[in-house]
Amino acid sequence: MEPIFFYAFGAIAVASGLMVVISRNPVHSALFLIVTLFSLAGLFVLLNAHFLAAIQVLVYAGAIMVLFLFVIMLLSLKPVASEFEKLLTLKILGVGAAIFLLFEILYLISKESLLGLSGIATPELIAQEGGNTRMLGELLFTDYLLPFEITSVLLIVAIIGAVVLAKRKLEE
Amino acid sequence: MIPLSNYLILSGILFAIGIFGVIIKRNAIVVFMSIELMLNAVNLTFVAFSTYLQSLNGQVFVFMVMVVAAAEVVVGLALIIAIFRLKRTPNIDDINLMKW
Repeated sequence: MEPIFFYAFGAIAVASGLMVVISRNPVHSALFLIVTLFSLAGLFVLLNAHFLAAIQVLVYAGAIMVLFLFVIMLLSLKPVASEFEKLLTLKILGVGAAIFLLFEILYLISKESLLGLSGIATPELIAQEGGNTRMLGELLFTDYLLPFEITSVLLIVAIIGAVVLAKRKLEE
Repeated sequence: MIPLSNYLILSGILFAIGIFGVIIKRNAIVVFMSIELMLNAVNLTFVAFSTYLQSLNGQVFVFMVMVVAAAEVVVGLALIIAIFRLKRTPNIDDINLMKW
């Protein structure tokens, strides 16, 4: 059962990821990106990362993509008709660079032995401790407490920065 | 159980699609979406390794990546709006004030 879900979610993710890049209307790109993010959330569930699957849907597919769609509507971007025709060299270069990078990644994956030292978080321990979310929360609030607090500072900086940048100058 | 390399290959394909989008697209917002796609490909690698190595630290990293991505999107879209107000175009070829 698991391979079926993996290949289904993987195929949807790759296909809609390609559509993000190919489609000419930015709104379509955004909607296809939402599909990709949802199928990645499905893959996270397959990997027993339930908390991350939940915040992938809530934060990424929900909040971030709504922000993208708002900005697209705000700027009222029109689909560009001749974007590909006038950029043939760029297109060839882009395909070449992407395929080259992909082969580099595949070569590295095939060459090295991937798995090393195993940690303690076996599925049995996670089930015994009360689930993935609980263990992740305990880790986040003990070992990673300082980074966690720093992320809140980062978010405040981002909010202030966005307000300052996007605000219209009232005087002048 | 699916071998780990399947997840890594999938994530590599998604990352390559993201690179492809960043190179060929001229619309600043779509370039931004391609960057999001690359971030998500890396997140998938982190989660796959975290599960297969039985250590939750990778998932904490993904959490941090998501926070940074949210902050990055907020500031980046504000920048795009500010530039659009100034130049009236989303095309990154027309935004070349810093080029000399």
